[in-house]
Amino acid sequence: MNNTQIVQKSLKKRYAKERRFKIYGVFSIIVSLAFLLFLLVDIVLKSTPAFTQTYIKLDIDFSYKVLNIDPKPNYTKDELFKSSYRNLISKALYQLFPDVSSRKQKRALRKLISSGAQYHLRDLVIERPQLIGTSQSVWVLADDDIDTFFKGLIDRNLPEADRRIKDIQITWIDKLQSKDRIKRQFNASFLTSGDSREPEQAGILGALKGSLYTMLVTLLLSFPIGVAAAVYLEEFAPKNNWWIDVIEVNINNLAAVPSIVFGILGLAVYINLFGVPRSAPLAGGLVLSLMTLPTIIIATRAAIKSVPPSIREAALGLGASKIQVITHHVLPLAMPGILTGSIIGMAQALGESAPLLMIGMVAFVADIPQGFFDPSTVLPVQIYIWSDSPERAFIALTSAAIIVLLIFLFLMNLLAVLLRNKFETKW
Amino acid sequence: MSIKKIITLALVTITAISQAREHIEIVGSSTVFPFATVVAETFGKKTGLPTPKIESTGSGGGIKLFCKGNGIDTPDITNASRRIKEKEFEKCHKNGVTNITEVLVGFDGIAIANSKSGPNFNLSLKEMYLALAAKVPANTTDGGQNKKDLVNNPFTHWNQINKNLPAVKIKVLGPPPTSGTRDALQEIAIEGGCKTFPFMEAMKKKNKKQYKRLCHTVREDGHFIEMGENDNLIIQKLVNDKNTLGIFGFSFLNQNADKVKGSRVNDNPITFENIANGSYPVSRPLYFYVKNSHRGKVKGMDEFIAEFVDENTFGEEGYLVDKGLIPSSKDKRKKFANDARNATNLNLYK
Repeated sequence: MNNTQIVQKSLKKRYAKERRFKIYGVFSIIVSLAFLLFLLVDIVLKSTPAFTQTYIKLDIDFSYKVLNIDPKPNYTKDELFKSSYRNLISKALYQLFPDVSSRKQKRALRKLISSGAQYHLRDLVIERPQLIGTSQSVWVLADDDIDTFFKGLIDRNLPEADRRIKDIQITWIDKLQSKDRIKRQFNASFLTSGDSREPEQAGILGALKGSLYTMLVTLLLSFPIGVAAAVYLEEFAPKNNWWIDVIEVNINNLAAVPSIVFGILGLAVYINLFGVPRSAPLAGGLVLSLMTLPTIIIATRAAIKSVPPSIREAALGLGASKIQVITHHVLPLAMPGILTGSIIGMAQALGESAPLLMIGMVAFVADIPQGFFDPSTVLPVQIYIWSDSPERAFIALTSAAIIVLLIFLFLMNLLAVLLRNKFETKW
Repeated sequence: MSIKKIITLALVTITAISQAREHIEIVGSSTVFPFATVVAETFGKKTGLPTPKIESTGSGGGIKLFCKGNGIDTPDITNASRRIKEKEFEKCHKNGVTNITEVLVGFDGIAIANSKSGPNFNLSLKEMYLALAAKVPANTTDGGQNKKDLVNNPFTHWNQINKNLPAVKIKVLGPPPTSGTRDALQEIAIEGGCKTFPFMEAMKKKNKKQYKRLCHTVREDGHFIEMGENDNLIIQKLVNDKNTLGIFGFSFLNQNADKVKGSRVNDNPITFENIANGSYPVSRPLYFYVKNSHRGKVKGMDEFIAEFVDENTFGEEGYLVDKGLIPSSKDKRKKFANDARNATNLNLYK
């Protein structure tokens, strides 16, 4: 047998090996895609109930008597704010169901309506005081139990004791439905309001804004510092200097430190020493930038290293100073790599909740933060808090919040891709 | 402007901002968290003042933060799913936090539940101890209650402990050691059952450390499974496996009555009434502590506290009951509401 024959004989085996290897590759891609798809479908399916909300139409009589105010041409905002609007709803409900008389049944009847509805009426009246003295049909929010039932997530055939909604309430809902007084509608308040303990009133905007402010602080701090540090280490730092080696090793170590450690550091330094307000996006951003910095530095150094030396030498040869070489040539060419690294770091920071525990951002914050100093929370924390709440409707909200987080992440990545394409140079 | 000046200015601004605080700061127990947040929200909507910020730090962590001092950067209120300990109280005093008011919010029941389609359980504390402790007395079936040999827990099925119990494998899903629910499980259920052995009771007086170790250690041989803090997850698992028992707060049972059912303990089903009057033994008190030196300094504190101790809030028909709180007795509510309004200082030693 000569060599050609040996090779030809083994050829079949070698091709088969290659085919097998390809199949392994395709298989692993299919498996990971299947998991991703399963996860996404599960989240989307679970979240759908959260995007609609049940409303009930009530004929509200904004009478002076029920509101307990005197007729006059002008009201101060304070006056209107302090009136009681709860009775408006109770009265409208009793009118709708005149045969309800016992105290217990009245209580069950009042529970059809969300506890937030009275404040909705208050806002309506403050906005348009001319409503006082008139009678209006108003769609008000239903309670979360009613909402869950109306969406078909509670089985009406279960024994009464096993469900949170009582038989008599079901007959009322059926009656409302026959009169076209109950409907499902897009849940706009999910995107426009802050957190609430009542699922029907809870929204994501507070956490979204908190995440946005925190990420802004992180970006503004870690990007310039990280890039500057990497440029110094790559371009200016003396080589073979033990001092620089120590710094390098430490940066690499920092990238592997568990994030909660940064939280403890942040608590000790920023909050206890410098007096940064607890729970504020400023404190969160400061802590998360510590976490993001090593990632950005490492990525930037790799990007700068990959700029061909010929470009540097050509620029130097034409008489450019070192700083000109860096700002005119090296950094623009390294920019796509730097941006990729920064986005990876930022995405990590966006999903982080452990370090924020130490600085008080794992908290119930109902008001929407208006700046870098207001108490706020972030998206992953909001997801955690909702997933741990007993009310059934929070399950859907949790999934909906995950979707918002994924969209946020997607937009961030999109921005990075666009910027990268803009800076990309081919040679 | 020199760089030094800018830095000083920035620091001064930050300090100035942190000193003027508009909102009430609350920390503490994750068990009280769902109740305190509802009150905070109602308070915010009613008064138009900023909604208090509530951190869930755990009872111990909350008291630690609370007792750090009287500065405006310390919390105004801390929640606890147990009473403040003497040690903590002394620490508070040492740091100058001497004016504390204690308020009993109500009670929280701990459910031992399984799937609706599973068998019914009726457990005594002693049976819970025998099923869950790491070490149990060697002779637990006959009258030899005073035998002092302890063995690794041999029980694998419930009917080995008591033949009236279902013949299924012991498998209990419960909270991790960081959770207040776990503390209550250990202190009330397991220790409660442990104490029924006279020689254990005797050991308590002689060697408290050893007694605690024996009566608080949960078995780790796969029959008790730690599930993390997420109670919704436990409920999902229970639905999937009808012979598994799960341990979680009463409010979760209350919300999921169509999926799971609570076991009876000492023949008593887990109901509002039974927890409130103590005949369902696995429950614990919920408190909050107010730093009175902050009253008047932080806007809205008096109003917030008044909202919390209102009959419409923590009373028998208050909105916290809808969230799963078990109200305390009328007399107690009256006493603590008065304490809260008048800022009566807590005296732990009387």
